Amino acid sequence: MKRVAVIGVGLTKFGELWDVSFSQLFVEAGTAAINDAGIDGSDVDALYVGNMSGGRFIDQEHISCLIADYAGLTPIPATRVEAACASGGLAVRQGVMAILSGMHEVVVVGGVEKMTDLSTERTTQTLATASDSEWEAFMGMTFPGLYAMMARRHMHEYGTTREQLAMVAVKNHENALHNPYAQFHSRITVEQVLASPLVADPLRLLDCSPITDGAACVVLTSEERAREFTDSPVYITGSGQASSTIALHSRERVSFVDATYNAGREAYARAGREPGDVQVAEVHDAFTIGEILAIEALGLVEVGAGGRATEEGETSIGGRIPVNTSGGLKAKGHPVGATGVAQVVEVVLQLRGEAGGRQVDAEVGLTHNVGGSGGTAVVHILER
Amino acid sequence: MGMMSVPRFWRNTKARYLMVGRRCRRCGQVYFPPRNLCRRCRRRGELEEVRLSGRGEVYSFTVIRTPPVGFERSAPYVMALVKLEEGPMVTAQLADVEPERVRIGMRVRSVFRKIQEDGEAGLIYYGFKFVPVDEDDVQGE
Repeated sequence: MKRVAVIGVGLTKFGELWDVSFSQLFVEAGTAAINDAGIDGSDVDALYVGNMSGGRFIDQEHISCLIADYAGLTPIPATRVEAACASGGLAVRQGVMAILSGMHEVVVVGGVEKMTDLSTERTTQTLATASDSEWEAFMGMTFPGLYAMMARRHMHEYGTTREQLAMVAVKNHENALHNPYAQFHSRITVEQVLASPLVADPLRLLDCSPITDGAACVVLTSEERAREFTDSPVYITGSGQASSTIALHSRERVSFVDATYNAGREAYARAGREPGDVQVAEVHDAFTIGEILAIEALGLVEVGAGGRATEEGETSIGGRIPVNTSGGLKAKGHPVGATGVAQVVEVVLQLRGEAGGRQVDAEVGLTHNVGGSGGTAVVHILER
Repeated sequence: MGMMSVPRFWRNTKARYLMVGRRCRRCGQVYFPPRNLCRRCRRRGELEEVRLSGRGEVYSFTVIRTPPVGFERSAPYVMALVKLEEGPMVTAQLADVEPERVRIGMRVRSVFRKIQEDGEAGLIYYGFKFVPVDEDDVQGE
């Protein structure tokens, strides 16, 4: 496909931001991205916003209008994109398509979620709406529960160990120490993960991404116009998206995520790349098993070998293929609608050489965002 | 999810109370929970009702310790993917079993139980759960 340039990126601090409102979050990330791009708000042609559940988290729908209003961007077209935790990644893809179609020339893509205004029970219930409401959530299933059943099958089929799952969390917390925007700046050990409270066996609290407020934003334009704005554009060279059944129980297998595989295949093909070309990846580690499932289905490691690869340091900074240098969803935080956009921000910073203490040497990066238990997946390839 | 409206629940009582699913006459695929379109044959498929035996085995499982709204009093409880002998897999709670005894491959059968209730005076939602088939696996008194 033709390349689309990322000319600006912005983030808010991720965390429990009691004193910051939904629209403040977006405005902060958006302002940062527009400043970074060196453009003016009047240059922006269209706005796409990833948001999972404003309706349940803060009793607010019509998010796209709210944001265009509070960002002072009316009357440009503003569109909300929703696919549960993949909302942000899908918003990026909508922005890419808007540029490639020629419909718009400068597009702002944001993602935002305000999650901490609800109790843990209500938040758990809201996240479970990403599953099949009538046949999973209604029966008492939760999101950690779904991933726990995937983890149990992976352990059963491939011998993945409890310790290997924990090592994903340990690695991502280590990476987050060097990310000023991350929710957690705390080093953890395998022993601490294994001693943390069980949430849904075999997954424990420190296997789970936290509940997070945050926003992320990128500015996109065509390759032709990119040089007007910056000398160091990063290009989105491939985009892939796939669906699968909404319920985990309707799939042929649960130890492999078909939607990730299919989205990856499309993204690699569009970019003319192969898994072996990828030098840094941000993948969807909402739960530790999620990272293992992701790197396997994306072809970054052999199927079944994700646990071992993690244990051997292949996915650590300095390893063969550093994964989740930002700290991932686990330690950077997971404001669900913002996550897919924040992943693109991290890979752009890496490719520009602006990732500070977590910098790796990379020219080709990948982002991978999942909705639900694997009902939606979206993958982007970025290159400098 | 939270509580279901009366019509939303009522539309599926055959499936929830009797485990009535669908079978495609064209390709033979059995669907449970029921669907209105065969995923393989789509428009060309022809779905008929089929009552399932309720027998199957545990494909994977977990113990929910952080429950959603409505299940606070049940936690911790065992949730499983049950592979039914007719082919489909379903998500359900396992009852009458010690969490420590559940294992992949354990044989189970469906039973009619209360799933949730809408407070003191609201609807009671019934449906299926699964219990172990083998006496040794059933939780003692």
